[in-house]
Amino acid sequence: MSDSLILNILLLSPLLSATLIFLLNISISGVKQYIYTSLALAGSGISALLALYLSYFSYFENQVFTSHLFTWLSIEDFIVEVALKADALSSFMILFIAPVSFLIHVYASGYMNKDKSYGRFFAYFNLFIFFMFLLVLADNPIIMFIGWEGVGLTSYALIGFYFEDIKNTYAGNKAFIANRVGDFGFLSALMLLFLEIGSGGMSFDAILSNIGQIEAPMLSLIAFLLFVGAMGKSAQIPLFVWLPDAMAGPTPVSALIHAATMVTAGVYMVARFAPLYNLTFDVSLFIAYIGAFSALFAAIVATRQFDIKKILAYSTMSQLGFMFMALGVGAYSTALFHMFTHAFFKALLFMGAGAIIVAFHHKQDIRELRGIKESMPALFVMILIATLTISAIPPLSAFFSKDAIMSALYASGHAPLFLMAFTASLLTVFYMFRLVFVVFYSNTKQVGEANSKSMLYPMTVLTIFSIFAGLLNMPEIFGGNLNMSNWLDIADKKFIVTHFDELMLMSINTLAIIGVIFYTYKRYAYTNTIDKESEHTLVANKFYIDEIYSAVVVKPLYALSILFDKHISNNLIDNTIHNLALYYEKLGLLFSGFENGNVRNYALYMLVGAVSGFIYLYVLLRAAL
Amino acid sequence: MLQEYMILSIILFCIGVVGLISRRNIIVIYMSIELLLNAVNLSLVAISADMADASAQVMSIIIIAIAASEAALFMSLFVVLFKKKSSLDANIFDMLGSKR
Repeated sequence: MSDSLILNILLLSPLLSATLIFLLNISISGVKQYIYTSLALAGSGISALLALYLSYFSYFENQVFTSHLFTWLSIEDFIVEVALKADALSSFMILFIAPVSFLIHVYASGYMNKDKSYGRFFAYFNLFIFFMFLLVLADNPIIMFIGWEGVGLTSYALIGFYFEDIKNTYAGNKAFIANRVGDFGFLSALMLLFLEIGSGGMSFDAILSNIGQIEAPMLSLIAFLLFVGAMGKSAQIPLFVWLPDAMAGPTPVSALIHAATMVTAGVYMVARFAPLYNLTFDVSLFIAYIGAFSALFAAIVATRQFDIKKILAYSTMSQLGFMFMALGVGAYSTALFHMFTHAFFKALLFMGAGAIIVAFHHKQDIRELRGIKESMPALFVMILIATLTISAIPPLSAFFSKDAIMSALYASGHAPLFLMAFTASLLTVFYMFRLVFVVFYSNTKQVGEANSKSMLYPMTVLTIFSIFAGLLNMPEIFGGNLNMSNWLDIADKKFIVTHFDELMLMSINTLAIIGVIFYTYKRYAYTNTIDKESEHTLVANKFYIDEIYSAVVVKPLYALSILFDKHISNNLIDNTIHNLALYYEKLGLLFSGFENGNVRNYALYMLVGAVSGFIYLYVLLRAAL
Repeated sequence: MLQEYMILSIILFCIGVVGLISRRNIIVIYMSIELLLNAVNLSLVAISADMADASAQVMSIIIIAIAASEAALFMSLFVVLFKKKSSLDANIFDMLGSKR
């Protein structure tokens, strides 16, 4: 197979299966469930295999796959090619996106079993991975933007999947609208880039080699606007409000879209524009601080949440904050590495949460889910491993990735950043073990339904990944050679940390984490501390951010809209047009009175005409004489 | 001499016009139309005599002949109209107009 063919099949097979499922779903009623399942799994399975093939050749032979599909636009020097390119970064992205997508597809076939909209779900799901592939494989930011919008659209459709409940639709709308704000930033940045250096071509390579021509203030503005887009997609302060609400969707959606793949699009985009951000230090620092505040804020809020999926949602936001911190100080491949490990353990956590939710008939409150260890031992082990992973216990994968972020922050010399990251990582341990101890360690017992195998097997695979994924980017200190960073070959800033410092950092970190675990154990395991925690504190209500946004942004906007609707649109524009029409009608009535069919009147008009003609002639002739 | 004829012609024409506009009976309207025609005929004949040229007199004789056949046509029209609405009021026959 030629290179371009592989890329095309990789991209188009999910689209094809989505189309087939969609057509089946709308045209034939009562299609057997296994037909949808096999179509969906075929679509995502083929791309997962090809993704592995592709990243194998990219990793070992540094091969770059390209495919030129067609020219979309060609207006003088503005040429938009629909072209795909899998360089190291893109191959790395699909290396985890495609297999995780496939595993979550398998899981979803168990989770959505006997759902009445089974076909619709998989049509959206496959469409989503098509757009996600388009996003990461695009050769220019314009095609990337199509993927960017497409994942937003499918995310919206899947959050509001159970649209019978109006709350879910509102959550979908919220996600879509918050993302629009980000998209506005992204689009403006693209336009500015086009204005400044569009004549040199719009592919990533061309843009990144031409950014030197842009003046510094403009470059900062572009970098900032691009990051606004990343903020929206990756749920950072201030555009994060949609992510907790997005948990209204089915749990596989949360696992795939709102944990493993789509929300990492912002990180990918910033890493893609790494040379740009290397030139704009202040914007990079701003990114780092936004990431730090998001990480800390989300970690604090997560400590007082009771909905199992909300806790995980805030945790996702917090981990994304870590990634942006790393991006901000210039440790791009470190951020990407954390994104890689995060995809596995966070997908695993969500799948575990989904399995619990299914087994206990859609209970999501951790206070009602106590004492389920005995009835689901396999699930317990897997969730515990994932929790240990997210807590960065050595030698699990997130230990390497989070430690790399920590040492990069330490070496960058920004003490506040480092301290915030350190606090957030300890809080991460706290809220994750709070979840585990409350749900699994309790004096009471509950028995739920057994989970289907199609849900447990993908989780097992992900457990293995989340244990071993760290091997890909072993730091030198453990005898590794940073394979992944070398493969990605991004314009990282080099931080030099002595091995002694690094070891000290790791041990302090690990000791602190173990301490927090013990504290959490004392506090939550086999006690009823959780029931005493109020739902009405400042933290549990996420600092009233939603209410503040509602009062500051939504309500005034709404009032303005009503003002425009009532006064400008109704009174001014509509009434003007209505009155114009009314006057024309009245004028018409006046003239239609003349045309009344009465012949004698017509004769009178003729007479009047003739007489006035004569008078005119008379006047004319008299003047001539 | 021509001037008196023309004045008479104008007077006849004015009577015709006023009749045409103000009377409602279709037969009277027809009579007014004939009056208009004959006012014009009179002026034609008078001008023709004044210029010693007979062609206009020939023309007016032809007009009178045509008017006679026209009268026959009008009579049959009156019958048809009367059969339709059993009236000869011109105001009733206003189907040409835009009814509101």
